[in-house]
Amino acid sequence: MAIIATKGALDMAYPPLILASTAASLGWDVQVFFTFYGLQLLRKDLSGIAISPLANPAMPMPVPMPVMVSALPGMQAMATSMMKAKLKKKGVASLAELRSICLEADVKFIACQMTVDLFDFSKADFIDGIEYGGAATFLKFAGETDVCLFI
Amino acid sequence: MNFDKEFDASGLACPLPIVKTKKSLADMASGQVLKVVATDPGSVADMAAFAEQTGNPLLSSGQEGGKYVFFLKKG
Repeated sequence: MAIIATKGALDMAYPPLILASTAASLGWDVQVFFTFYGLQLLRKDLSGIAISPLANPAMPMPVPMPVMVSALPGMQAMATSMMKAKLKKKGVASLAELRSICLEADVKFIACQMTVDLFDFSKADFIDGIEYGGAATFLKFAGETDVCLFI
Repeated sequence: MNFDKEFDASGLACPLPIVKTKKSLADMASGQVLKVVATDPGSVADMAAFAEQTGNPLLSSGQEGGKYVFFLKKG
C-alpha cells in the first residue's frame, strides 16, 4: 500500500498513520510519502500539531459556535486540547505512538525533498530512520501496489 | 475454550486492538490459540478481517460480560 500524506492538522494526521500501522499488521508492504503539510508528522516534536474549529463546520462542538467566535485568539488551542483529551479518554493512540508502531513494523516513511527545501526545514527537525526523495521515488513503489491513497 | 495466551485490549480504540493482537501472535507457535478481549465494537468486524488477511483462523467471536472475546489460532 502506498499513501501520500499531505495534511498536518491533528484530525488529518490520524488516517495515514492508522492505515499504515494496520496494513503493516496485516503483513502488507507499506510506504508513506509525506509532502507539504504532511511533513509535520515526521517532526521529532509533534506537540505543535493542532486542530482549528475555523472553516471546520462538521467539527462537533459542546455548544453551537458562531464563526466569529471560532476566530478569536485561543480558540484553536482550546479546540486542540479538547480534541487531544477526548482522543486519550476514548483509548485512541497518540500520533507519536502510531508513528512508532509504523516504524517498528518496517513501514517506510519518505519525506518529500522538495517541500523540505521549500519550507527551509532541516533534516535535524525530523525523526531518524526516514528517507528523502521525490515524486519518482514514490511512484516507483506506488505503481506496484494494489492500494494507493492520497490523504 | 482452551488458549495458550491472552491479550487484553480493553479500552483501546482502532487500530490498537489489531496492531497489538498482531504483536501478541508474533512469539506464538503455529497451532497455539490466542484469546483477545476487547471493548471496541469495531473490533468484531476488524478481527474477522485481520484473521482472514493474515491466515490466522478466528475460532470464535462472541461477547462475555459486556466485552468482545475472540479466539485466534496462530496459522
